[in-house]
Amino acid sequence: MYGFDYHRPAALSDIVDLLTADEDAKLLAGGQTLIPTLKQRLAMPTSLVDLSAVPGLREIVAEGDGVRIGAMATHAAVAGSEVVRAMLPGLADLAAHIGDPQVRNRGTIGGSIANADPAADYPAALVALDAVIRTDRRDIAGAEFFTGLFETALLLGEVVTSVFFPAASHARYAKFPNPASRYAMAGVFVAKQGDVVRVAVTGAGPSVFRWDAAEAALSARFSADALVGLVLDDDGLNSDMHADAAYRAHIVGVLARRAIA
Amino acid sequence: MSVAITLTVNGAPVSREVDPRLLLSQLLRDELGLTGTHVGCDTSQCGACTVHLDGASVKSCAMLAVQADGSDVLTIEGIAGPNGALHPMQAAFREHHGLQCGFCTPGMVMGAIELARTAPDLEEATIREGLEGNLCRCTGYQNIVKAVRAGAQAMREG
Ligand SMILES: Cc1cc2nc3c(=O)[nH]c(=O)nc-3n(C[C@H](O)[C@H](O)[C@H](O)COP(=O)(O)OP(=O)(O)OC[C@H]3O[C@@H](n4cnc5c(N)ncnc54)[C@H](O)[C@@H]3O)c2cc1C
Ligand code: FES
Ligand code: FES
Repeated sequence: MYGFDYHRPAALSDIVDLLTADEDAKLLAGGQTLIPTLKQRLAMPTSLVDLSAVPGLREIVAEGDGVRIGAMATHAAVAGSEVVRAMLPGLADLAAHIGDPQVRNRGTIGGSIANADPAADYPAALVALDAVIRTDRRDIAGAEFFTGLFETALLLGEVVTSVFFPAASHARYAKFPNPASRYAMAGVFVAKQGDVVRVAVTGAGPSVFRWDAAEAALSARFSADALVGLVLDDDGLNSDMHADAAYRAHIVGVLARRAIA
Repeated sequence: MSVAITLTVNGAPVSREVDPRLLLSQLLRDELGLTGTHVGCDTSQCGACTVHLDGASVKSCAMLAVQADGSDVLTIEGIAGPNGALHPMQAAFREHHGLQCGFCTPGMVMGAIELARTAPDLEEATIREGLEGNLCRCTGYQNIVKAVRAGAQAMREG
């Protein structure tokens, strides 16, 4: 690891100032992605700005018709939260299957979505449930947050503080985990809010995306049978040593049906 | 830059000035001589370095020592009973041949202790899923699963 300075301010405004003043400073949340990256010398930040001392960012609370999850809430906290389990059990279940217990005890929702790994699980939930990402300065719609491979709408120095998930009559995630890492080779989140059905796919492309044809079929009839015969176009899907594009397209179909039943 | 940190390790207070890039695993092994915490990979995947941070299992190679400031750290050296009696989970690993070379064992035992406290049941599938963060290159896991079930039962009864 290259050397760096370390700051852990308790005020969010100090965090934003440090990150804005130096574009080579990096925010540190659970460290489960950032620290392995530093160990491999894939990044060389001048300083790490630790978010863990800012109060209130771990809270998970019911709010209006939904739940607000603080950016520093760990995957384990979301998985075990009574509020999330009562309102969106599918979201708690998603969190319970990220990585392994040690990763879940440290990794955070804010870090996961800011990192925008194409194989991360949370992006599918944010897009399918039409979540709203709150930062130190504004609200960003889930649909606009993920802009590409490891790319988000966050500006220099912008810090995610919480994510609001509206409740849903149906919300379920199914993934095909990579047997070694548990990241999604493909993962599908199906949500129904009123008459609106969203099917969000992660792991299969460079970034999370919606499967329009499946949404149309499910809007007409919300049943796994409605998807029989529907195959995702594999053009532009990921192909790697784990699975080629055609295989990923196939498992997305299987997972979408599992996420309904 | 060096940063002053104060934490508790196996019940004893520790104060140090550390380089921010020092990993918790390096603090434990190189500075405190607690070499029971093993380092088996560079990719945060093997779990040999698992310790408890404020009661929850974490990979000490994927955490900076400065992040443990103010925390309570428990390592494999800190779990035995008074006068060195093996912890029930350690005893179960010995009894059920849950180890061969022993490299993964400290991390397995620390992970298994958390599993014993938190798992809703001790079915084989629950145990295997609960140990997903710990890799073993020797045993094939069969006896580890047996050991963890027995150790967890002993912990729950004791
Ligand atoms: C072995 C292993 C298995 C894993 N398996 C999975 C898996 O199955 N599914 C999955 O989805 N993930 C998986 N992960 C990733 C894990 O979920 C990470 O915790 C997560 O991607 C990053 O969260 P973090 O809190 O650790 O962030 P960090 O590593 O601290 O930060 C990651 C990035 O996000 C930025 N950042 C952090 N917080 C914020 C914020 N609030 N606002 C703005 N930027 C921020 C940081 O600057 C950094 O660039 C795995 C990781 C490991 C090590
Ligand atoms: S040494 Fe920490 S996970 Fe392998
Ligand atoms: S006993 Fe050798 S690695 Fe597990």
